[in-house]
Amino acid sequence: MDAENTEASAPSSGVKQNFLVQAWLVLVLVICFGSALAAIQMKLGPIIEANKLNETLQKVPELIFGAAEAAKLQKTPGQLTVIPRQIEVKRPDRVAYYSVYEAELAGKCSGWVVKAKGQGYADTIELLIGLDAHARNITGLYILGQKETPGLGNRIIEPKWRDQFQGKNAYAPIKVIKSGPTGPNQIDAVSGATISSTSVCRIVNTALADLKGKLN
Amino acid sequence: MAEGPTPLERFIQGILPENPVYRQLLGMCPTLAVTNGLKPALTMAAAVAFVLFCANVMISLLRNLLQPHLRIVIFTLTIATFVTIADRFLAAYVYQMSKALGPYIPLIIVNCIIIGRCEVCASKQSVVTAGADAIGQSLGFALALASLAAVREILGTGMLFGIQVLPAAWPDWGVMVLPPGAFLTFGLLLGIANWLSTRKSGNR
Repeated sequence: MDAENTEASAPSSGVKQNFLVQAWLVLVLVICFGSALAAIQMKLGPIIEANKLNETLQKVPELIFGAAEAAKLQKTPGQLTVIPRQIEVKRPDRVAYYSVYEAELAGKCSGWVVKAKGQGYADTIELLIGLDAHARNITGLYILGQKETPGLGNRIIEPKWRDQFQGKNAYAPIKVIKSGPTGPNQIDAVSGATISSTSVCRIVNTALADLKGKLN
Repeated sequence: MAEGPTPLERFIQGILPENPVYRQLLGMCPTLAVTNGLKPALTMAAAVAFVLFCANVMISLLRNLLQPHLRIVIFTLTIATFVTIADRFLAAYVYQMSKALGPYIPLIIVNCIIIGRCEVCASKQSVVTAGADAIGQSLGFALALASLAAVREILGTGMLFGIQVLPAAWPDWGVMVLPPGAFLTFGLLLGIANWLSTRKSGNR
């Protein structure tokens, strides 16, 4: 846009050639549209958050106990209580807040679900990490929100890829390997989407490192 | 500036003679991606209709203020605003569908149908014409998506709108709901559409 404007502006008269004057409609529209979007976000934001919370709570049993066990639990409601918690993590360079859900089966802590988010290839990735009662092993992973490239990066939502995280050690960082995992705590990348895969691992690793020793 | 097609002509043209998908071959990405079932296809069509109508009306209202070298910026700005509104609404009221459509709703911003209509019609003609044009084009888009989705869903799963319509003995052609099925179906339907229209014009 700048290049076009300088081309058009002959040295003759001042005000009419000014970028800002030429672009007055753009500026006015930006302000109008911006405030309209802000109003809509204020109105709909809480509803969307409630939807996400609802989904999170629904996924808790599956993430901790696996799909088969979760279906059994659903038949006998009232056994499982989910206690939401906020955990603040202070690091030298930052302060992070995590929403954590503790699952209690018959009064005994039986697992945790941690909500974490971070930058993906496109936009933020939000995910849920399931952990066992002592937060030692990962029991499941679920992608709550993402806008990765369709067909490539967005395949991180597929159970086939997510299930690789099951049983991984939560104390050691997880690594993405392009040519197929060879050692423990390694994950095969989604082919053609290394950045999305490493982003998910980075988010998981950061969250688990932050929360190490805090889940009890 | 009074010349150009009338509102009624614009409306009719959009549905079949200038169908955005079968005749203009625009908006291919969502056309192929979200037509594995009628429900996502129609949700997509509704979101596009909303964005197209609002953008067309807004651009038509602003048409006398547009400057040639800034018009595309204003088109994009307007479209992006309405797409964001549509996206938020879907996320708030049909959350599961919004998750299923994923990035395709935000990607309406770069859908050529909408920017094309802003350029061809809304930035030159009155609000009524622009509105009629948007409705016609949206119906054409919805029709195209629905036809593709119906073929793919019924052959791929034996269902329409998630309700079983073919006898259970139907061996579901799984490939139809996968990406290759989209290309196959689209190619065949496009061929039929072209064949019908050449036959029609040959008879004249």
